[in-house]
Amino acid sequence: MYKILTNKELAPKIRLFEVYAPEVAEKTLPGQFIILIIGETGERIPLTIAGYDHKKGTIKFVFNEVGKTTKQLGLMKEGEYIETITGPLGNPSEIKNFGKVLCVGGGVMIAPMFLQVQALQKTGNKVTTVVGARIKDLLFFEDEMKVYSDKVYVATDDGSKGYKGLDFLKDLLFKEKFDRCVVMGPVVMMKAVSEMTKPFGIPTVVTLTPIMVDGMGMCGVCRVMVAGKMKFGCVDGPEFDGHAVDFDGLIKRQRLFLPEERLSSLLWEKLGGCSCGGK
Amino acid sequence: MAENKPKPKPKIQKESVPIPKQKPEERRRNFNEVALGYTEEQALAEANRCLQCPKPQCIQGCPVEIEIPAFIKLIREGKFEEAVKKVKEKNSLPAICGRVCPQEEQCQKFCIVGKVGDPVSIGRLERFLADWERSIDVKALRDAPATGKKVAIIGAGPAGLTAAADLARLGHKVVIFEALHLPGGVLVYGIPEFRLPKSIVRAEVDYIVKLGVELKLGYLIGRTFTIPELLKYKGFDAVFIGTGAGLPQFMGVPGENLGGIYSANEFLIRVNLMKSYAFPAYDTPIRIGKHVVVIGGGNVAMDSARSALRLGAEQVCIVYRRSRDELPARKEEIENAEEEGIICKFLAAPTRFIGDEKGWVKAMECICMELGPPDESGRRRPVPVKGSEFVMDTDTVIVAIGRTPNPIIQSTTAGLEVTKWGTIVTDENGKTSLEGVYAGGDIVTGEATVISAMGAGKKAAKAIHEYLMKK
Repeated sequence: MYKILTNKELAPKIRLFEVYAPEVAEKTLPGQFIILIIGETGERIPLTIAGYDHKKGTIKFVFNEVGKTTKQLGLMKEGEYIETITGPLGNPSEIKNFGKVLCVGGGVMIAPMFLQVQALQKTGNKVTTVVGARIKDLLFFEDEMKVYSDKVYVATDDGSKGYKGLDFLKDLLFKEKFDRCVVMGPVVMMKAVSEMTKPFGIPTVVTLTPIMVDGMGMCGVCRVMVAGKMKFGCVDGPEFDGHAVDFDGLIKRQRLFLPEERLSSLLWEKLGGCSCGGK
Repeated sequence: MAENKPKPKPKIQKESVPIPKQKPEERRRNFNEVALGYTEEQALAEANRCLQCPKPQCIQGCPVEIEIPAFIKLIREGKFEEAVKKVKEKNSLPAICGRVCPQEEQCQKFCIVGKVGDPVSIGRLERFLADWERSIDVKALRDAPATGKKVAIIGAGPAGLTAAADLARLGHKVVIFEALHLPGGVLVYGIPEFRLPKSIVRAEVDYIVKLGVELKLGYLIGRTFTIPELLKYKGFDAVFIGTGAGLPQFMGVPGENLGGIYSANEFLIRVNLMKSYAFPAYDTPIRIGKHVVVIGGGNVAMDSARSALRLGAEQVCIVYRRSRDELPARKEEIENAEEEGIICKFLAAPTRFIGDEKGWVKAMECICMELGPPDESGRRRPVPVKGSEFVMDTDTVIVAIGRTPNPIIQSTTAGLEVTKWGTIVTDENGKTSLEGVYAGGDIVTGEATVISAMGAGKKAAKAIHEYLMKK
């Protein structure tokens, strides 16, 4: 049982949790994830770790309340317990002095990107950070990023804050030379950024979040083609070379259970599982 | 030999007492157990078929060396409690073994009665005893004082549970680290409810906990802790690795990533461990179409096919690249599957999968095979017949062609010797290249049976005990 210490709304439907999980926290490094189960009938969901404190024995993660499990999780109160948290899973990120690094974080993945930015800055890199979201209300951590970055750019899909879309990156890549690019966010965004960095030959690392069940190398649902070879997101990843990933294949596989996910969430709401009482 | 000489007294009853089963037309749509088990009268009748050979052959066929004639004799005498004890001296998981061991390849293969008729149904008798015992209050067999030594067992599957039970009975403090959220390993994520009810696994695990074993769930060793950390900082004197078979294998043919194509592991984990058959009451979904194809011919393929049928598939077809004679699955399971209406297509293998506009599989192209000369495994090698491709409609494919070892422990344990296939190298007693580290089961042998994993757990427990007492 893992106690929830913090449940904080960062933006509409985006929540940050801090949970007491000392044995997980002890080993966590940037880039790793957990599998979480809220209760007996629950599913196993993977969440990228967005922070850890070895001394306090805590980990942080940020999620979007989109499906039944994340909506249920969002309703849990500080002091309540999550049944199982397994981790840290997946391979840690490669963190060393690369020189100048471009970090692009989008949506909820801005949160784990903050962990990367801190780690990269502390190992001597010059970090340029981009935070992106659909609309300005969904942005967060902009100020926190500024503390660890040389420069922070903001972008939104609708242009409600900062640049409209990510096309400005093309100009940035022409103007400045980067030694590495790290991208965490929606697959379409990771695909777009990887396509932009490719002509410049900038090594680009993307964090994949495919569907997982066990998350530790058993089921193979997280399979993804990388440079024509089948890889498993959970044990071979979650980070891969953005120039070699078959993003289109990944997008299709991420949508495999959308109808069931929608049904599950809808039924839960209609049966009054959420606070709105079926309204 | 003495037991072959006709004796005046025992008349050999050539036919075994059949085990009651759910009727095929009923069971094909439910997840309840297929075989219902012997009644007391049936068990007594079957036990009476045993010749009580002075030199019993059956024991040599048992990987954990249960004293078979002795427990059967106790059944005859109606001493069920003592009979269970006799079994449990060697096997802490009898309700499981009685159900899933391939007895026809083991103890029963050597049974003398089997030379003139059906062998004695040793497995069914073992199951009878274990089921009988669950109806009374189970006492844990602890027979040694505490040694003060501490052993970490990695994986709560058949190998780990067996090693844990034996080591606890020898007086050691045992902690099992299980990566999943429920104990049992393949017994809960792999073998379906209708062949091995989860309540039975739960009861056997409870028994092991009664022996004093501590169970830690949701710990992935290699990540949460590594083996060197367990030995150096967490106070363990020895480690047993029983992590089982891991990553699913795929065929490497085009279209394998289409929707509706599951590895058998994914399919069975969703259905068994996550209870997808009860979606949306349980949160993990599964989608089963009308025409299910299962690729492969082992027990995992049979389990997948029979599960798919129970989930509502109209037609389930097993596609196997060799012929019926080479099917690696247990004969009993093949018969059960066919009785339930599962079709087998032999001598064929997929060459590609064809998807619809939404990215889901809609058909599978296969090529016919013929059998060539035997390969390294001794089975005749399937050879594709040129130009024999054909297409079959399918909307769900389950790939059950085997698994490769999970790489996490091997990659996080410096100095642990592994084979080129990724399995862990051990001596005949399960000792690895690292001091105090032992391994057994599928992680050492590659995919095998529950009972062979238990046998390995047992051997390793003995070796660990000797190591600890010398240390």
